[in-house]
Amino acid sequence: MIVANDPTLEHIVRGNGLALSAAGSWTARFAPELEQLVLAAERLSGTRANIFIDVSQVSGLDTFGAWLIERLRRNLTTGGVEAQISGLSVNYSSLVDEVRRVKAAPADAAEPVTFSGMMEQIGRSVAGTGGTLLSLVDMLGAVLAAAGRVMRHPRSFRLTSTVHHLEQVCWRAVPIVVLITFLIGCIISQQGIFHFRRFGADIFVVDMLGVLVLREIGVLLVAIMVAGRSGSAYTAELGSMKMREEIDALRTMGFDPIEVLILPRMLALILALPILAFLGAIAALYGGGLVAWGYGGVDPEAFLLRLRDAISIDHFTVGLIKAPVMAAVIGIVACVEGLAVQGSAESLGQHTTSSVVKGIFFVIVMDGVFAIFFASIGM
Amino acid sequence: MPPATSDAIIRVRDITVQFGATRVLDGLNLDVRRGEILGFVGPSGAGKSVLTRTIIGLVPKLSGRIEVFGIDLDSADSRQRRGVERRWGILFQQGALFSSLTVRQNIQFPVREYLNVSQRLLDEITIAKLGMVGLKPEVADRFPSELSGGMIKRVALARALALDPELVFLDEPTSGLDPIGAGDFDELVRTLQRTLGLTVFMVTHDLDSLYTACDRIAVLGNGKIIAAGSIADMQASQHPWLRAYFHGKRARAVVT
Repeated sequence: MIVANDPTLEHIVRGNGLALSAAGSWTARFAPELEQLVLAAERLSGTRANIFIDVSQVSGLDTFGAWLIERLRRNLTTGGVEAQISGLSVNYSSLVDEVRRVKAAPADAAEPVTFSGMMEQIGRSVAGTGGTLLSLVDMLGAVLAAAGRVMRHPRSFRLTSTVHHLEQVCWRAVPIVVLITFLIGCIISQQGIFHFRRFGADIFVVDMLGVLVLREIGVLLVAIMVAGRSGSAYTAELGSMKMREEIDALRTMGFDPIEVLILPRMLALILALPILAFLGAIAALYGGGLVAWGYGGVDPEAFLLRLRDAISIDHFTVGLIKAPVMAAVIGIVACVEGLAVQGSAESLGQHTTSSVVKGIFFVIVMDGVFAIFFASIGM
Repeated sequence: MPPATSDAIIRVRDITVQFGATRVLDGLNLDVRRGEILGFVGPSGAGKSVLTRTIIGLVPKLSGRIEVFGIDLDSADSRQRRGVERRWGILFQQGALFSSLTVRQNIQFPVREYLNVSQRLLDEITIAKLGMVGLKPEVADRFPSELSGGMIKRVALARALALDPELVFLDEPTSGLDPIGAGDFDELVRTLQRTLGLTVFMVTHDLDSLYTACDRIAVLGNGKIIAAGSIADMQASQHPWLRAYFHGKRARAVVT
């Protein structure tokens, strides 16, 4: 084995000539030292009659060393006098020939930050927002068209796939959805009792709990959880399929990716969200009831009686009407983002993030639109 | 146990690897000598990639000993291990380029981690490495998803060579390349081996590579090395799998 010893580069100025002699190990291990040596030697350039670089004492050479010697030779070659490399052993000559063919490196061009550049960025992102809305509508249309085709040819419907996704987004989500909505029910009830007690209006906590859970919190909370849990999964699945060209493969076999991949997922989500919202509402009411009993002294019988008076079937219907629409919004956002994934892992991460962020944003916007709608029809 | 050669750069002794109930490698011995290109062949699923991954430490082994550069990898401390890892380069079957980094950043990544050199030298070395694997400097700012299959292999090789390793593992380097591209790649490996004095451990299925690039061939079967030697030894062997492999229809097409 070659003994690695520190590299050196000595120079002798003889009249009009310059002789450099390199020795030691010119390898990657010593690259930082070598770079300093070469930089120092490059400053010796000037008008010279002849320049020699003697490398006969070099005990080890790899690409780093060979390139640095070559760079030194190029930088010392000024005014028509070409620096000569001498004493090159046979083992290393092919490596030096190899690096001699390298052209000077183009600089890593970094765009300078300018005011107009920043303005351009802002303009592009505003235009991008419009593009996002357009692609959502585009996907909605494609899914509806695929649904229409499937209705005409029910045999092409992918039942197995739909059931599989239903298990993933509905059945497997039940424990966490029930747990979280139960806890939220408890918290609403506790806070309500704590503040209403000052006015002696403890019992009204039941009204608040009933209306809030059935109309708003139940479905909204579950939709947000589903966007985080299943929307992100859809984006990641479709995105990695896109990256591995699986979607292209489907298309070339004559299958419509919307029909095969997206329709079953959308359908599963649209069926799952009302079920989850229903279970979530029950869990929240149960949790709220328990806290009202234990913390507020409202016994279960009084709670149920009050609840029956406070809420009507309308509250429940309002909640359940919203659920499938929110599911569709989450599904469409997730699928659009999934199909927009480019080739890199970073892109997959970005689109999964934006799937969840946009999904939750649109769910809340939809909730606001529904609030206006139901208020105006008096429900 | 075969006699230990003094210049063995990889020394594998009695390696056993088991996945569940299936024994993939069963008491395997193998030496890779300094400066040679060893072609490693065997039927699909015989465990060629498993052996490679066992040597580089990605697959745990049940028993046995692996020495690389004379260092026993089991008893090596983390500093010694890093030292060994710095001296080898690995080309994975699918390239395994970092998809969110450009070609330039991919090649510079290991250099930046191990050496403290200026950005200028980094850029110059990157261009030199790209040149060595036969790519133009313009490729440097592309992302892996914008490269063709052959270019991905070349960039992955450039990354494997970034730190000027002494030993390179190539896992099916020519699979997925057209015959001309594969021929160029073999030629490239040969040239690099000559110029950089590399030792190359190459898992391959490509008969052309075995004939043109490899100095020695080792054959894996039933979890053991069933034969090792020159291409002439392989052709002379009476082992049924070797006969089928080196005298089959495709093999004759290569020889004639």
